[in-house]
Amino acid sequence: MPGESAYAAGGNSGSNPESNVHRDYLGAKFGMWLFLFTEVLLFGGMFLLYSVFRSRFPLDFHKGAEELNVALGAVNTLVLLTSSLSMAAAITAMQKGSARLSLYLQGTTVALAGVFLINKYYEWGAKIGHDIYPGSEHMMELPHGEIIFYSLYYVMTGLHGLHVIIGMIVILFVMRFTANGVINSGDYIKLENSGLYWHLVDLIWIYLFPLFYLIT
Amino acid sequence: MGNPASYIKDSQGRTGISAWIFSTDHKRIAILYLVSLMSFFMAGVTLGVLMRLELIAPGRNIMEAQTYNATFTLHGVIMIFLFIIPGIPAALGNFVLPLQLGARDVAFPRLNLLSWWIYIAGAGIAIMSLFTGGGPPDTGWTFYAPYSVKTQTNVTLAVFGAFVLGFSSILTGLNFVTTIHRLRAPGMKWFRMPLFPWSLYATGWVQILATPILGVTLLLLILERQFGVGFFDPGKGGDPILYEHLFWIYSHPAVYIMILPAMGIISEIFPAFSKKNVFGYSFIVFSTLSIAGLGYLVWGHHMFTSGMSDTSRWIFSLLTFLVAVPSGIKVFNWVATMYKGSVENDSPLLFAMAFVFLFSIGGLTGLINGALSTNVQIHDTAFVVGHFHYVMFGGTGVAMFAGIHYWFPKITGRRYNETAARAACLLLFIGFNTLYFPMLVMGWLGMPRRYYDYLPVFHKYHFVSTLGSWVVAASIIIMAVNLVRSARRGAASEANPWGGRTLEWTVPSPPPVENFVQIPRVRRGAYDAPEKDGN
Repeated sequence: MPGESAYAAGGNSGSNPESNVHRDYLGAKFGMWLFLFTEVLLFGGMFLLYSVFRSRFPLDFHKGAEELNVALGAVNTLVLLTSSLSMAAAITAMQKGSARLSLYLQGTTVALAGVFLINKYYEWGAKIGHDIYPGSEHMMELPHGEIIFYSLYYVMTGLHGLHVIIGMIVILFVMRFTANGVINSGDYIKLENSGLYWHLVDLIWIYLFPLFYLIT
Repeated sequence: MGNPASYIKDSQGRTGISAWIFSTDHKRIAILYLVSLMSFFMAGVTLGVLMRLELIAPGRNIMEAQTYNATFTLHGVIMIFLFIIPGIPAALGNFVLPLQLGARDVAFPRLNLLSWWIYIAGAGIAIMSLFTGGGPPDTGWTFYAPYSVKTQTNVTLAVFGAFVLGFSSILTGLNFVTTIHRLRAPGMKWFRMPLFPWSLYATGWVQILATPILGVTLLLLILERQFGVGFFDPGKGGDPILYEHLFWIYSHPAVYIMILPAMGIISEIFPAFSKKNVFGYSFIVFSTLSIAGLGYLVWGHHMFTSGMSDTSRWIFSLLTFLVAVPSGIKVFNWVATMYKGSVENDSPLLFAMAFVFLFSIGGLTGLINGALSTNVQIHDTAFVVGHFHYVMFGGTGVAMFAGIHYWFPKITGRRYNETAARAACLLLFIGFNTLYFPMLVMGWLGMPRRYYDYLPVFHKYHFVSTLGSWVVAASIIIMAVNLVRSARRGAASEANPWGGRTLEWTVPSPPPVENFVQIPRVRRGAYDAPEKDGN
């Protein structure tokens, strides 16, 4: 927890002291972490729901998980983990002064996120093709626990997918800032903060994957 | 450097309305919030007066039952989501916090402006729900499943508006917490910080950690209505009580978002108008943090009659009693601050004293609600309505009025009419008790809440209560006219008209854009008498 005030830490370090733009690296990071806490709680609420319903319908959840494609889920997990790696590497590259390498690595991250979303599209498509989606006739005929399992699956992976899209958009903006020099080796907090966001998005999937795919 | 222009005169290169709605100056943003909030407050008051008009006698008076249901829903949504929750932090916190910390602005000024824009967007969406689709929601502001899932009224849009408003709240909390960590003036250690920033700090954490739960709950309600996902539907394996749990896990901490900044204002006013250091500064700090923390653990007390286990219920009841203790400590400390002080009975102090009285009644009736046995008697009755109006209106509302009067000279650079302010305060106090005390009585006797019609035995209480609503409305009009006229034409104010000891009183009234010509160095506690050189 940053204990010093921005004044003591030299809040304007690294930029023109004549400028009236206030720069506070630690403050910016701190604010980003606070935002991440809100995301943790958002998904935490959903995980709470999951645990309540799973304790009510253990067998139905087991059955539902068997219907999901573990291979595709595992591929998606590897894809996201790799994208986190490329994002972290993008930050290191920027720290070491290689803006161009950082840009390529950011682009890699976006591309991998795209792969994730394409896989997700096929997964959802398969389920919807089998008439399993909230409100469908077939779904209403399933046992209660399975209805809840699939509803949770759609809502949680859907919410997560939305955050993947948001993350992609954010990183695209960051790529633009990298290309035009707004983000540079002297001031890369925007890149770091987007990296933090991306790692969170990855981490949420790391929890989703076992809870939906591996509990058989 | 000379005499920099005030933030009101210096438009920073923009003209017209753009100088306000695109400004990242925390003081201008505070004014934007203040004007918006007060407009919504007036709308909410109008709805309240209309409700009381309907309830003046049994049977139909001025509206149909469906309209009444929509009216009380809208009254709640506007007052809670558009007025009280943003309320003090957005309007007064935004203005005063950087000044009290010795800072030039908050940590993230552009995010601050975005918070206001999001607030306006959320308000706009909520207002739209009045006019589109099946008409305004009739579920009550709590939107309980299953009715909120089934009703044909425009729940989805209204709830989406509340969802958007949640982002505004989160960003404000995030901004303030970071500001307090990073931008305190040199020498201002944590325990030299005034109590209003402490209250905003605790509130900020609650905003950050509790609001997302509301976000997910409202999202699930929308998904339930639009796609039938089934989490709250027993026909699909869900449970409507789950909605109640999720809803109150946010909405109980939300009431602490409402009250903690209010208490912060009261903690500023008592020492200033007693010309003394506040009594028990550290205890007030720890009480503030305790209320914020314990407030997360008591949500079940809204659901005692929902069928929870006995064990859960007595635990929630015990924790509810526990969370009342730090509030009590604060009340004792405020009163003790006046002891042997040089007390000036100016209007801010009168409002603050009204707060202590009204909040105490509210708090004590909260305990009656929190005891399991009595709760069965009064759950969903007018007693609860009386209780929460005593704490939210008599508490937070009155504290906000107190703060607006206290910081009025600093914000506008002018003085308001003291006689009119005192008259408004007295009239409000009388009207308030006339309006809400009968609710406590008739609630105990069995008058349900949210009921359009009632048995003749309750008529006399409703009649008195409605009279009270007119007195309250009159007092608010007197107060509004006084403040609005004085803001334009009041006598000019000096920098420190009240003799306050916190940093905002060391800058001109109104302050320049950058707040301080030079960032101060702090060498004393917030309420210690300043040295001869004014520091």
